[in-house]
Amino acid sequence: MQPNDLILELRDVGKTFPGVTALQDVRFDLRRGEVHVLLGENGAGKSTLAKILSGACPKSTGEIRLEGRPVEIKNPRHARALGIGMIYQELNLAPNLTVAENIFLGREPTVVPGVISAPALRQAARKILDQLGASVAADRPVRELGIAHQQMVEVAKALSLDARILIMDEPTSALTRQEIRELFSAIRRLTAQGVAIIYISHRLEELLEIGDRVTVLRDGRSVATRPIRSARVPATPPTEPAGNDATLGELIRLMVNREVKEQFPKRKAPRGPELLRVEKLTQTGFLHDISFTLHRGEVLGLAGLLGSGRTRLARALFGLERIDSGTIFCRGQPRRIHSPRRAIDLGLGLLAEDRRTDGLVLNLSIRENIGLSSLDRFCRWGVVRRDHERHAATDYVQQLRIKSQGVDQPVMFLSGGNQQKVVLSKWLCSQAELFIFDEPTRGIDVGAKVEIYELMNRLTADGAAILMISSDLPEVLGMSDRILTLCRGSITGELSAAEASQEAVLERALGVAGR
Amino acid sequence: MSVRSFLLRHGRQLGTLLGLVLLGAVLTARTPYFLTLSNLLNVAQQTAINAIIAAGMTFVIITAGIDLSVGSIVAFAGVVLGSVLAAGHPLSAGLAAGLGVGLFCGLANGLLIAYGRLPPFIATLGMMSVARGAALLYTGGRPVSGFPDNFRFLATGQVLHIPMPVVLMAGVYGAAHFLLGRTKLGRYAYAIGGNEQATRLSGVNVRRYKTLVYGLSGALSGLAAVILTARLDSAQPIAGIMYELDAIAAAVIGGTSLMGGEGKICGTLIGALIMGVLRNGLNLLDVSSYIQQIVIGSVIIVAVFLDMALKKRHN
Repeated sequence: MQPNDLILELRDVGKTFPGVTALQDVRFDLRRGEVHVLLGENGAGKSTLAKILSGACPKSTGEIRLEGRPVEIKNPRHARALGIGMIYQELNLAPNLTVAENIFLGREPTVVPGVISAPALRQAARKILDQLGASVAADRPVRELGIAHQQMVEVAKALSLDARILIMDEPTSALTRQEIRELFSAIRRLTAQGVAIIYISHRLEELLEIGDRVTVLRDGRSVATRPIRSARVPATPPTEPAGNDATLGELIRLMVNREVKEQFPKRKAPRGPELLRVEKLTQTGFLHDISFTLHRGEVLGLAGLLGSGRTRLARALFGLERIDSGTIFCRGQPRRIHSPRRAIDLGLGLLAEDRRTDGLVLNLSIRENIGLSSLDRFCRWGVVRRDHERHAATDYVQQLRIKSQGVDQPVMFLSGGNQQKVVLSKWLCSQAELFIFDEPTRGIDVGAKVEIYELMNRLTADGAAILMISSDLPEVLGMSDRILTLCRGSITGELSAAEASQEAVLERALGVAGR
Repeated sequence: MSVRSFLLRHGRQLGTLLGLVLLGAVLTARTPYFLTLSNLLNVAQQTAINAIIAAGMTFVIITAGIDLSVGSIVAFAGVVLGSVLAAGHPLSAGLAAGLGVGLFCGLANGLLIAYGRLPPFIATLGMMSVARGAALLYTGGRPVSGFPDNFRFLATGQVLHIPMPVVLMAGVYGAAHFLLGRTKLGRYAYAIGGNEQATRLSGVNVRRYKTLVYGLSGALSGLAAVILTARLDSAQPIAGIMYELDAIAAAVIGGTSLMGGEGKICGTLIGALIMGVLRNGLNLLDVSSYIQQIVIGSVIIVAVFLDMALKKRHN
């Protein structure tokens, strides 16, 4: 392998969506047989870059060179023809078909046109799987395989199309330690055969294990490219001068060091009595000995990466998850929360991550959505007193400044920020005091974000407590009074607003603090 | 309510009504017998049974479900009711038996769907066969007859010159309109059909309300069985075959979405009337019953096709 054997080169690539610049002046290159890690926070532009390379969306500016020649990647089919394969986080396999059938779906070897040759199909599949060193039976239905093996099938599918570049988007997010090891050994076999891999991840420890080089993306720009020297013995002697190697601390700094663009109008409310106490909450395999308290007037930030268990914790508090051991205390009383109804009666309100699936009934009106969790309040003998309901809904629409054509408008036509306010109104209407905000401002534009933050201030000023889950570090830092970090189902740190920094939070969320 | 918002909210139902009026106009032009009071009352009377079943079906479809068992429930409830009456028990006992059997079968559907998590299609398909078999087993395959005279009043009697079935239908539709628009049951039916998960996360006991909705559909099938048995003056274990088709068609022609969360009870009434008028008109025009089936099936397909095309343009 020659060090300058460039297969792919990106020169000042940019991507703009209406109103948003997702990528700007990205420089990136890829050598034959290397694993080049793309590192960045959520929203840094990693996925957009992957989409451009896999043909899912066109670039706006810049130049892409494949083996020295400029190319325009038109669509996914074109990308495949160019030898670029993409392994998405969500796998795209037909679960009822076998491994071999999936690998060659649409390109089955035939005896006569229309009649598939089963032995040829199996043999071809076997050959590719062996190339990967994957111990997967070619004639097993994909549905019987674990995620890791399904992923291998995806990789095999890409290889069967003669992919020379493989893009893997968070390939390990659902894998166990052992499965990750298998995947890595497959990756090493591929690179030894000259396949180049773009490896997207935010797991720092993995990058040290598998990566040859790393490029950090931040706010849509490539901020640095560094070689990685790891414990692993490199296949070839290092070509870059020593001392330029990436260290974890430097990478973290490169990932998060950005100006805080949004304004966080945090107003501290006086800390009142304890509202919620969680003791040693455990769900075997997912949540381990989670303990914390939450007081009136407080915003407790919960930081953690995807898969850290933060949403699972929120769901457990709301009666949606099995709890194996541990106790939840509400206002000092031990409580078993076995259903959302119970949680709501205890004064909880969940503003779920996905408003459209978990928060709202889109075809119902603002009024009907606001009343949904507390319809009994407006009912006599099972009959809804619509004037009472309308009155209450109108009140919330005014208080929270929900922009609409009236309370009878279906919520599906509202903007993200206004939809979020309808969900919040629903919980205010059911007299919630403890609000769980899961990604409260995702998909909400900047102006509306500030409004949501102002509403959080009002809630805490009125003596409510907020548990805020967010992937947006500046938001966690800007709005929390205290911050808990969660990593692989365990609490890895608690920081006060004063001592928290992006680096400190991220280190703990990554589980690398103290290394 | 302004005219504009009324049109917006009831546009779909007004469209169906327009279809009904056009159909009536065509038939009036083609045959002098159509637009006579006696014929119209006749149509209403013939529509009543399907309309009553379709009212229950509308609730079910609004929750994004389906009830295929209504026809078989009509037969089973009918023969139980018939045997109670034929044994000389009072009318009230017979009615309680008919409605009770319907309610029981409906609740069984609901429990299987809500608590057993069976797909509604499968649960009610099973019930369709079970109830039919039960009706045949119960009667040994023979019709039941020999009812007291006061029972026939439910089919042939009149209140203020309006036939009893039409009176019952009006009562059912008044109650259904109220239930769907003004009560918790109705609100939750729309919410469950619109987004079951969000409804559950709002603390609504989704399973209980789903069970109730299927129970309602079963009970209304029981009521339809009462009218049918009274009209035929005998209870047939093979009654009600294909009734599920007519009921689903009435709801869907009336604008109820099979995806759930959408639909109005008045739309279903108009849909049922379209089906009734069509059958009546084809009879008046002396069209063979074989061709009638083809025409009615085609109308259902065209109606849903138009509905989808209009919605697509709207979006």
